[in-house]
Amino acid sequence: MKKILVLLLALVMVMSLAACGKKDDDKNDNKNETTPAVEDKIDFSKSEGVMTYAQYDAANVDDPVTVETFVQDKQSWWDNKATIYTQDNEGAYFIYEMQCSEADYAKLVKGQKIRVKGFKADFQGEKEIADATFEILDGNYVAPATDVTNLLGTDDLVKYQNRYAEFKGMTVAASKDADGNDVAFLYKWNGSGEDGDDLYFNVELNGSVYTFTVESYLCGKDTEVYKAVKELKVGDKVDLTGYLYWYDTVNPHIISVTAAK
Amino acid sequence: MKKKLLLIVFMFCLLTGCHGSKQNSTFEIPDEFDESEKIEITFWAKNDTNVTQSRIYEKAASDFNILYPNVKVNIRLYTDYGKIYNDVITNISTGTTPNVCITYPDHIATYLTGNGTVVDISALMKDEKYGLGGSELKFDGPTESEIVPSFLNECRIGENYYALPFMRSTEACYINKTYVEAMGYEIPDILTWDFIWEVSEAATAKDADGNYLVNGQKTMIPFIYKSTDNMMISMLKQLNAGYSDDSGNILIFNDTTKEILRAVAKHAGSYAFSTFKISSYPGNFLNAGQCLFAIDSTAGASWMGSKAPLSDISEDKIVDFETIVRSIPQYDTAHPQMISQGPSVCIFNKQDPQVVLASWLFAQFLLTNETQIAYSETEGYIPVTTKAGDSAEYQEYLAGCGSDNDLHYDVKIRAAEMLMANKENTFVTPVFNGSASLRDAAGQLIENTAKAARRKQTVDDKFFDAMFDDMVSLYHLDQISATTGNSGDLGPLPGPAKALIVALIIAWIGIIGFNLKDIIKKRKAQKQ
Repeated sequence: MKKILVLLLALVMVMSLAACGKKDDDKNDNKNETTPAVEDKIDFSKSEGVMTYAQYDAANVDDPVTVETFVQDKQSWWDNKATIYTQDNEGAYFIYEMQCSEADYAKLVKGQKIRVKGFKADFQGEKEIADATFEILDGNYVAPATDVTNLLGTDDLVKYQNRYAEFKGMTVAASKDADGNDVAFLYKWNGSGEDGDDLYFNVELNGSVYTFTVESYLCGKDTEVYKAVKELKVGDKVDLTGYLYWYDTVNPHIISVTAAK
Repeated sequence: MKKKLLLIVFMFCLLTGCHGSKQNSTFEIPDEFDESEKIEITFWAKNDTNVTQSRIYEKAASDFNILYPNVKVNIRLYTDYGKIYNDVITNISTGTTPNVCITYPDHIATYLTGNGTVVDISALMKDEKYGLGGSELKFDGPTESEIVPSFLNECRIGENYYALPFMRSTEACYINKTYVEAMGYEIPDILTWDFIWEVSEAATAKDADGNYLVNGQKTMIPFIYKSTDNMMISMLKQLNAGYSDDSGNILIFNDTTKEILRAVAKHAGSYAFSTFKISSYPGNFLNAGQCLFAIDSTAGASWMGSKAPLSDISEDKIVDFETIVRSIPQYDTAHPQMISQGPSVCIFNKQDPQVVLASWLFAQFLLTNETQIAYSETEGYIPVTTKAGDSAEYQEYLAGCGSDNDLHYDVKIRAAEMLMANKENTFVTPVFNGSASLRDAAGQLIENTAKAARRKQTVDDKFFDAMFDDMVSLYHLDQISATTGNSGDLGPLPGPAKALIVALIIAWIGIIGFNLKDIIKKRKAQKQ
């Protein structure tokens, strides 16, 4: 009898511990999925009624748009809405708060081809597809980084908006913190944030300064890039990759930073 | 001995199994605040992405610690009320709520569905020793009568108080006076909706090259409203139309709402009007000379105008113009009405009444003149106490209006003065469990209508009726009455929980049986 009772209590203990277990919430785990190999033969043909990038680019804000594109990165999922960076061989499309279940969000792996229907929108200069729905298609494409270093400061840069891009040989320039001190990066745009918030930092090229961002939903504080930016020093020479996001002006969302080669 | 050990282990199992759902008992005010007990409290604070505000919170925490060395206040900073709300909801279920929290009464109504979560401070406020103006306070806090009555009243849910007001603001219309007057209009002291719509439509005129006549640029959004939930709520209030009542009845889906939405559709469709969610911050467009009427909180006044100390756009895009501040447009200029908003502060119940009392003392400390005046000066807020508002220090601050473009930035002080002049014209909406969802729905009606009109979709009664149905479904507005004040049916227990309960019952039976057997054995032995 005693043995049975002990066994029963052990069972209760195990079950109690299980009851205390916290469900792992990976919403903010922004680690990218394993990058699939780039396929040798990728079908970039468009289905009937689907826009080319040129047609999308020419569409007016508020026009309905349909594109077939490939997931490059996922920024966030919340309340059945997904925000993602996508690109095909012609251009890039930022999809803002697309209707998406949590289960479907898991299917949006890097390179996955999708058809997106929504409306063209413009938020402070950032062209995006809003109020969109999507369907998964067969196909996979991981875009290589386009070197846009020489386009910085030119009117042509915006043509590459939202693309996966790289910037080479940039010099970290000082930002001013709330006390007017020179610092290499800020938590939030004005330094009012704290660890885990977006990181803002300035980089300089040919005398012009640009503000780059580590978007905390895209790359949280545990990611390599977040940690690396926190280690930057003013004057460091760096190479960076990220998505050519726009907010009033170019404001790339960086996903990697390394010492300049 | 072994049996006792087993019993202890069993009790431990019971406790750990239930820790997440543990309820706090009703708080009773201790006779004395025990200053020998080391207490750490967490304060979830909201700032407007403003470093000075963060520092004021930190200073308040550190000054409080000097007065009460046994109490350490840890601050967690937020810049979004919605995020605080979501985090509190999450933490209620795990029993890890903060001690003190910046909040909106709408949110408290939801928090209260968790039993014993937010402390009813009605008795605390009147406590002789530790209440407002209490004899044992170590700081010069306000008495109850020194808190602006209408602001304090906003913190009452039913018959009880669940928060103290911390700061108050309203919405203001920031106007590019230079451009509006250049168009030949004179700006009235009290704006009307007709005036706003008329000037906004006129400002959409373009030249042959597609440049707007008013600014010579390719971009012009004449009228942008930041908070469309406030827009809908204010318009309905001004028209004396239904929104909701104190019982939680949803009244928003009415003909007046449709009339408002028709106006929204008309002017959004012509691109005379837009919203923050569609286009971005009103201040960004205002400062770039791309907006004539920007409606945003007075708590955002430091971002408004070409000389604003804060800006979200590059300097080369800012154009020079004169900014003036008015209240939001009105239907009836003789009876202006505008929303009262701004943070309040609530405290959460904990097992240790000394911790709750420490939380209450800190919440009160936020109402001292030093914190009130310093914080209100960071934006177009006004202090919630007459003690601070009437003080020489605050009056001196107001008198310095326009003397610099930082602390005394004229647009910011004009915005605060506008609210002070309209304290009696502010209103709040009824608070109940679900009122936060109704607010979201109110804004969404305008957003959806504006987007549909811009997208050249048909906006008619059929559209409105379908949208109303969608809102009811999306925001569960048909379930509000049923859930008000109740925790609601959480559904059947999950399998593991059922198994746990069965195992617990069997274990208890085993223990009782085992002990009974033992007792019988002993009695038999005694008889023999």
